[in-house]
Amino acid sequence: MKTNDLKRLARRGGFEERSRAAAAGLPDLAAADGLLDVAVGTMSSPVGELFVAVTGRGLAAIAFEGDRYRDLVLGRIAQLISPRILPSPRATDAWRRELDEYFAAERTRFELPVDRRLIHGIASDVLKQTSKIPFGEVSTYGAIAKKIGHPSAARAVGRALGANPIPIVIPCHRVIGASGALTGYAGGLDRKVRLLELEGSVLPGSLGGA
Amino acid sequence: MEPTLRAFPAQAPPCLRRGRPRAAPAIAVVVTSTVPPFQDFLEANRATVYRFLMVAVGPNDVDDCFQDTFLSALRAYPRVTGGEHLDRWILRIASRKAIDHHRAGARHALPTADPPERAATSEDPTRDDDLWDAVRVLPPRQRVAVVHRHVLDRPYAEIADLMGTSEETARANVHQGTKKLREMMR
Repeated sequence: MKTNDLKRLARRGGFEERSRAAAAGLPDLAAADGLLDVAVGTMSSPVGELFVAVTGRGLAAIAFEGDRYRDLVLGRIAQLISPRILPSPRATDAWRRELDEYFAAERTRFELPVDRRLIHGIASDVLKQTSKIPFGEVSTYGAIAKKIGHPSAARAVGRALGANPIPIVIPCHRVIGASGALTGYAGGLDRKVRLLELEGSVLPGSLGGA
Repeated sequence: MEPTLRAFPAQAPPCLRRGRPRAAPAIAVVVTSTVPPFQDFLEANRATVYRFLMVAVGPNDVDDCFQDTFLSALRAYPRVTGGEHLDRWILRIASRKAIDHHRAGARHALPTADPPERAATSEDPTRDDDLWDAVRVLPPRQRVAVVHRHVLDRPYAEIADLMGTSEETARANVHQGTKKLREMMR
């Protein structure tokens, strides 16, 4: 017997595929044992592939495709919520459906709960005010700053919106500059334009203009 | 090459360390749980653990033991902190599962309870079936030690750590197991 024979035993019979299949069975087993703290999944959308993270409390994060933020957000979830993170189509299904309906223009507000454990400090006030901007309307950084009682804090508002862990659902794309310029978006300005177009927002000034 | 995931090394805070005081960092390092998301940990160790269990428990039980191993890990995962080599930790759990599996099986075992899968994918199926027959009759601890050594190429010191034995015992388990296999396969 050569020791390589044993290595061959370990690899035979579609080993790579079999190990993937066994791993894919884990999330449901984990959920049955109450061990699936954070379920993650992906979905396609008009603004590219979306990554969603759902906990027992609700939707905790959304990240855009090719976003460095996805790994960052996973790290923050591991630290602030739980490292028991597994992909699970089943556990993310309800939220993915609501998002699908939104992108199909069949839904103008989200009803499932969100998990705000990734949001802290001033961002919590900023994002709460942002959540009140209705579908199809826009507000400005200055207006949000005023609403949270810090009228001169437009920059801090911008930063808080840039770090929004649940874009789209907490509609930071509906916040623009006072001049009507779109200013910026963590997911890229193209996505901001696309989302506002989707909602049929009429912007003061030309869309995407200076 | 094995992927290595490492949490912060376990180290007592400066005030608890004995001996000659060393230059301490100006700001005390707060040791928090910094394990990676479980899905990354699973993906990094999936192949190694599966290969190990494939030979350690056989093709019929590998899936159950694999899932059992990672479920145990998932249960303990939030409490895993600094100082742990996660890649060793999961193999330690897998080793225990493999040995427990054989012990549980032995209590109500039929000699043919674990028939080899007649796979057509191997270069020499008959020879593989003979090898499976030989592997299956090894005592569990020898079987596990042999797999660590000859499938995963682990050094004896690490096999000792993975199986909770001395290095001498690890060496003896590997040698005796390998010798038996060679005799049976002659």
